[in-house]
Amino acid sequence: MDAITLLTFFVLSVFVGFEVVSKVSSTLHTPLMSGANAIHGIILVGAVIVAGQAESIPVLVVALIAVLLATVNLVGGFVVTDRMLEMFGGRKPAPASSAKKEESN
Amino acid sequence: MLTPEWTALLYLIAAVCFILALKGLSSPKSARRGNLIGAFGALVAMVVVFLSTELDNIALILGTIALGTVIAVPASRLVKMTQMPQLVALFNGVGGGAAALVALLELPLVADELGAVIAVAFTVLVGAVSFSGSAITFAKLQELMPTRPIVFPGAPIVISLVALGSLASAVWLVLTGDAVASYVLLALGTALGVLIVLPVGGADVPIVISLLNAFTGLTVAASGLVLGNTLLLVAGTLVGASGTILTRAMASAMGRSVAGILFGAFRGGSTAGSTAQSDRPVRSSSAEDVAILLGYAQRVIVVPGYGLAVAQAQHTMAELAATLESKGIEVVFGIHPVAGRMPGHMNVLLAEANVPYEVLSEMDEVNPQFKNADVALVVGANDVVNPAAKTSPGSPIFGMPILDVASARQVVFLKRSMRPGFAGIENDLLFEPQTTLLFGDAKDSLTKVLTAVKNL
Repeated sequence: MDAITLLTFFVLSVFVGFEVVSKVSSTLHTPLMSGANAIHGIILVGAVIVAGQAESIPVLVVALIAVLLATVNLVGGFVVTDRMLEMFGGRKPAPASSAKKEESN
Repeated sequence: MLTPEWTALLYLIAAVCFILALKGLSSPKSARRGNLIGAFGALVAMVVVFLSTELDNIALILGTIALGTVIAVPASRLVKMTQMPQLVALFNGVGGGAAALVALLELPLVADELGAVIAVAFTVLVGAVSFSGSAITFAKLQELMPTRPIVFPGAPIVISLVALGSLASAVWLVLTGDAVASYVLLALGTALGVLIVLPVGGADVPIVISLLNAFTGLTVAASGLVLGNTLLLVAGTLVGASGTILTRAMASAMGRSVAGILFGAFRGGSTAGSTAQSDRPVRSSSAEDVAILLGYAQRVIVVPGYGLAVAQAQHTMAELAATLESKGIEVVFGIHPVAGRMPGHMNVLLAEANVPYEVLSEMDEVNPQFKNADVALVVGANDVVNPAAKTSPGSPIFGMPILDVASARQVVFLKRSMRPGFAGIENDLLFEPQTTLLFGDAKDSLTKVLTAVKNL
């Protein structure tokens, strides 16, 4: 892919990234950080590609370590974020909003 | 095998899922759904990579992914509420490490493309910083090492040298594409991560985790450039950009600047949180005395902190508040935005104990009320009520907005010991004449106070 196309992707993503989290209450800082943390676990895609194209044993070993680390980041990240948010589920929602949120808890 | 068009389309869907995930996580109502959408996007991307790329060693790769899942899921499900921040730090670190390794392995394949080698150098350096820096934040939060800022003589010089060395080896790598340069860069980056995080004080650690999280995002974006993979580029950039905004928001909630957090310990000379405990007298009392103070008050403001979370005392606290209210006493909870060890910690904890949402007041709302309060009951909090944040410019927490408990007529601290708080600095408020201390585990103390209040 040519450099200009990649640059376009990059610049647009920066603006989207700034924009989507511009208004967030301090209560949600930690889950948001944790969720963003899970998303960068998508480096697993890169680790899988490198491992799948490894042509020597040392390269394969290092690549599989990367796969392992990335999996822990990706899977663990989403699970722990869900766990944090689960605890918000039991709370009575702010007055006025007749939210019929989670029936769980 | 998927065609390139289908691959690009499905990656686009995954990228949109990530954007919706971040958007969803910004609002309490949609947060949980947002996280699930993100996980779905990741799943789509993983299926696509297996269907669209010519891969060997598939059995080994799938086995490794299964192993990682078996490690990660129980760790995330079983971790204690109080330990979640360090788990997030750990996950962030391994992500950065994975990105650095991927870049290292990709180097021989792209050594003749200048742009790609620059991206490799960036990823190796920043990924290594993120990995080792996160490891140190983990150790600090887990209290495997002192939470105070750690500064050794000559630290600024050592850090500058390592930083310069890292830049030099990055330039060496870019100019030659030499694999040896990438190993040197990896080693120096790892050292740099340790050195940058050591001087950060305990209370600022969550902000540093957020910063390193943004760093890892950028390394993933750079890996996307190296591999020519648009999904990695977009997802990594999203995290880098949103992580930067989030880091600034968290820092400003504490009245700090990011630069002040990273390098503040070097500026003030003697500011690095003294361990010296003064032997000035304090007034400690019994649970019965505290019960009398509370039982004959009209307005009580409770300030919960990390100690409440550690002792798992939220249910007892909620019961005490309900009992006081049944006696016609007005009880409000004053929540500091960074009470506990992660923002929102107290809200989650008290919500779990079914404390009504309406009695939780944020700092700006509750501060003017302290002067009309008969008792401020501080349960396991210290730094967030420490007047040093206002009065002593040399203090590591100077400038952090605090809860103004000193204006209440009486202040009661439930504390485990006289040990300074997470930031490692003494609290002068403990020695003031209007202050009473009740030592012990928050749950034990609250249980005794509760019994005594019921017997009044």
